[in-house]
Amino acid sequence: MSKEIEAIKDPGLPAHVHRRTDTDPKAAQRAERQVAILFLLSALGTVLLIGSYIFIPQDVFIFLPILGNTNAHQLFLGLGMAASLFFIGMGAIHWAKTLMPDEEVVIQRHEFRSPDEDRAEFVKAAKDGAAAAGLGRRSLIKRTLGLALGLAGLSPIILLRDLGPLPGDELSKTSWKKGTRLVTDPGDRPIRPEDLEVGAVAQTLPQLAPGAKRTLADIGKDAVLLIRLRPEEFNLDAERLSWTHEGIIAFSKICSHMGCAVALYEQQTKHLLCPCHQSTFDVTRAAKVIFGPAARPLPQLAITVDSEGYLVAQNPFNEPVGPSFWERSS
Amino acid sequence: MTARERIAGNVANYVDERTGAAKWMKKNLTKVFPDHWSFLLGEIALYSFIILLLSGTFLTFWFDPSQREVIYEGSYEPLEGLKMSAAYASTLHISFEVRGGLLMRQIHHWAALIFMAAIVVHLMRVYFTGAFRKPREFNWIIGVGLLTLGIVEGFLGYSLPDDLLSGTGIRIAEAIIQALPVVGSYLAFFAFGGAFPGEAFIPRIYTVHVLLLPGAFLALITVHLMLVWYQKHTQYPGPGRTEKNVVGYPLLPVYMAKAGGFFFIVFGVTAFLGAVASINPIWLYGPYTPGQISAGSQPDWYMGWLDGLVRMSPPLETHAFGHTISWNILIPGLIVPGILFTGMALYPFIESWITGDKREHHLLDRPRNAPNRTALGVMSLTFMLVALINGGNDIIATTFHLTINQIMWFSRISIFVLPPLAFVITKRLCLSLQRADRELVLHGRETGRLVMMPHGEFVEVHEPISPEKAWLLTQHEQNPPLALEEFDASGVRRPKALKNRLRARLSKAHAVAVPKVSADDLKEIEHH
Amino acid sequence: MLALFSIGTTFSVAGAATSSPLTAAEKSALIEEGKQLFLKGCSSCHGLNAEGGAVAPSLIGVGAASVDFQVATGRMPMADMSVQAMRKKPVYNEKQVEALAAYVASLAPGPQIPGEELLNYERDGSTAEGGELFRTNCAMCHNFAAQGGALTQGKYAPTLMGVEPRHIYEAMITGPQSMPVFSDKTITPEEKLSIIKWIKSAESEPQLGGAALGRVGPVTEGLLVWTLGLGLLVGVAVWLAMKAR
Repeated sequence: MSKEIEAIKDPGLPAHVHRRTDTDPKAAQRAERQVAILFLLSALGTVLLIGSYIFIPQDVFIFLPILGNTNAHQLFLGLGMAASLFFIGMGAIHWAKTLMPDEEVVIQRHEFRSPDEDRAEFVKAAKDGAAAAGLGRRSLIKRTLGLALGLAGLSPIILLRDLGPLPGDELSKTSWKKGTRLVTDPGDRPIRPEDLEVGAVAQTLPQLAPGAKRTLADIGKDAVLLIRLRPEEFNLDAERLSWTHEGIIAFSKICSHMGCAVALYEQQTKHLLCPCHQSTFDVTRAAKVIFGPAARPLPQLAITVDSEGYLVAQNPFNEPVGPSFWERSS
Repeated sequence: MTARERIAGNVANYVDERTGAAKWMKKNLTKVFPDHWSFLLGEIALYSFIILLLSGTFLTFWFDPSQREVIYEGSYEPLEGLKMSAAYASTLHISFEVRGGLLMRQIHHWAALIFMAAIVVHLMRVYFTGAFRKPREFNWIIGVGLLTLGIVEGFLGYSLPDDLLSGTGIRIAEAIIQALPVVGSYLAFFAFGGAFPGEAFIPRIYTVHVLLLPGAFLALITVHLMLVWYQKHTQYPGPGRTEKNVVGYPLLPVYMAKAGGFFFIVFGVTAFLGAVASINPIWLYGPYTPGQISAGSQPDWYMGWLDGLVRMSPPLETHAFGHTISWNILIPGLIVPGILFTGMALYPFIESWITGDKREHHLLDRPRNAPNRTALGVMSLTFMLVALINGGNDIIATTFHLTINQIMWFSRISIFVLPPLAFVITKRLCLSLQRADRELVLHGRETGRLVMMPHGEFVEVHEPISPEKAWLLTQHEQNPPLALEEFDASGVRRPKALKNRLRARLSKAHAVAVPKVSADDLKEIEHH
Repeated sequence: MLALFSIGTTFSVAGAATSSPLTAAEKSALIEEGKQLFLKGCSSCHGLNAEGGAVAPSLIGVGAASVDFQVATGRMPMADMSVQAMRKKPVYNEKQVEALAAYVASLAPGPQIPGEELLNYERDGSTAEGGELFRTNCAMCHNFAAQGGALTQGKYAPTLMGVEPRHIYEAMITGPQSMPVFSDKTITPEEKLSIIKWIKSAESEPQLGGAALGRVGPVTEGLLVWTLGLGLLVGVAVWLAMKAR
């Protein structure tokens, strides 16, 4: 509390000011009419809702400013519903504000703290009860009870084991093997180097074995982006250069940061941008990260051509694709 | 007695003989609630929750939470014949074949966005007025819990249709789980039933979204409301209002009409948005596949700050002893949010530790009279706002002809620079406002009327303010900082002296204020 | 700098004719006209022989398609030396564009302007397939509804709304500025038509759920909630708690 004298006193609740509807019966009647109109507007809204549902076909469009060419069925159904609800609220509130008593009521707060006797009785009851249970004396019961409850409580966790398989080496493997052909996504057509101009990109996936199906989980690991540059534009060491073919380079399309598809290729700068968190990768330097939160370059897939001239993988990826995880050693 | 009264009496008697209802009904029908528009913000959240339950139940009658592959055979031509999950196809069915389906989907999603926005503005009102102080600390913690669960529930909800945008969000969530040290890959495989995306995730989050979390919400909201009911609502200071009373209107009829009416208002406005504004047009996003992505992919607004933090993170990862820890994911995605929300939840206890104030408070603070608290709140909001803005950096870049690189760097720097700046500015603003209040009490209101004195000087006429206003401007407490000496009377060093020194320092900063008008001050000016 | 060099033999061409085939004399007159226009309006940046320079790339081998795309959409001549050439009101009329294109095409083989017969996307394209192709190949830059998106350093992929089908096709085969090339073997001409058909369908699609809010996703949706949504609700709340007169 302030040490200074309370200079200004609480003047108490201000005198009640009557509303027009309190003193003038005509004003009160007007307010009543206003409330009635609001409720009637709500009823109209409901009529619009029911009418739209039954009578407006779902494929009719009308043009309105701001909304443009909009679906009439959906619009009037919604406006009808909105009106039917909104005006009930407006009516009820207007009724309360103008006609219901608005004299402020003062009530006293009660203290939360229980009276001392109640507290004492509670403590006594708790202590007596605990003593009667005898846990304090009978430590054998206490310990074995703890063991039983603890085990029973934790054991259902084991029932959750079959939620999923153990990861094993799933996170480190993809479908790419030595000699797997790159095929277009979509279309599944194999690709020759001549099919790509300099500056071209292609979305690719590994060719499926005949009769095999491709799941989304496969796409989530196997998606590869092919980009063609001119060979002199690369800034790679000898090994990585050997993973390219006539200026064509292949990277995992799954972002090394958090797994979005990285396919935004800027032809002039030779940069790949991931639209999720704006990580930027330099294609000429094996997708080295030059901006953004990604910590690792995109894994590069070593490619070459097979005997029929189609682009194939030389080897599987040399590292896991996609986001990092604890067991990833690099 | 009229016939109606007799029947009503019989019914009441029947119920009362079996439940003893008359006693608590009488008590509660006359319960008094203070009336202020800012007390309705929590109600917006409550009513949005009810709207979510109602519209959500409607949707469950048609939604198929399965990731089994189907070929689309519905009426939306641009997706004809495409492969997609049953979840996505059933959402298209709701949008295009079920009459009222798209409306209900949109109402449901708009209600979710409003729910979260209302929680945030309600939280700001409670925070800035100090309503979280004793005895309402538990309610504050429940509120922070509701905020957190709301974020999760909303994320799971918009992920159910399995479209390209929300599927991308799930991919990112999976990357966060996978990044957890030691257990990450196991938890991810258990959550998804195998490798991402698998076929188990959507059915599982459906159970969480329609059963587990709504159940948790119902329980928490019930306790939240019961506590408000039992402890009685706080009230703003003013004439006639004390720590020991509640001034307001009774439940029946005024509050029932106003609060009940407000429910219809919230529902009506949400339905209006559902009618005129398109939200989550999943037919344009297309079905989810990990090989596709859209430019400008963002989560819903209440997760935008998380996205922004992840975007601005430096590329930190450590590789040691054959293991990887992705700090660039863990810090912005889990550690910083965890610290923030824990700090938020514990704030009532932190503040009472700083002030040493263990009393009950039922009168609210005017924010200017708690400058430290207000400044801290604005600082937190600034932090969140910078993060939120960065979450939309690509869309901001194209709209305002900036570059994503500029915005990213701006965010990285301002997330450290702007919050402390906001703190300092806000605190000074509060103290200025206190000074202005003091001037008002001492010298009255400036009327703008100029009067010429006999000796030629011009003065502005000041009108003394009303006693009610004067009371409002001076009723607040100004507590001195805690006095914690390092050595007690016998020269023995107080244990935990370092903690006490910190506490004393914080307490002193917290108590900085412009002294309010005292009796001496008034006597002084009387002689002018 | 732009690298619009092409490996000349890999372009599938369905005829460069626009309306009716030209005689040899008409053709060389067109090329001469194009050369004059080029020298006047383009050579200051692109070099007197279109060999390129410090600020502009060489146009040898870029083909008629590139010229038609860049000049007919108004991107060229570039108004200012900013990061990217923007679509704007074209400086040259149709005939002049044709002439410029003929001149540049005469310098070396390159992608040709797709003919009307090739561009019959209504007949030869599939909207649904086009959507899938668009989402896999285009949406990462141009956004799911072809509204455009951000690239690095202030560059951007523009909106595709209101773009001529011919120009969309030309952009795919020539890879203007930051855009990569989409070869006819990786995205076949039919697939390109499907993409165009889908883009046109998205463009003309009426608002199925109400105001589209820009078709950019949750950012504008969140903005609407914090402005109109909360605005309306708080407004009513203030009215609710006010004492009636």
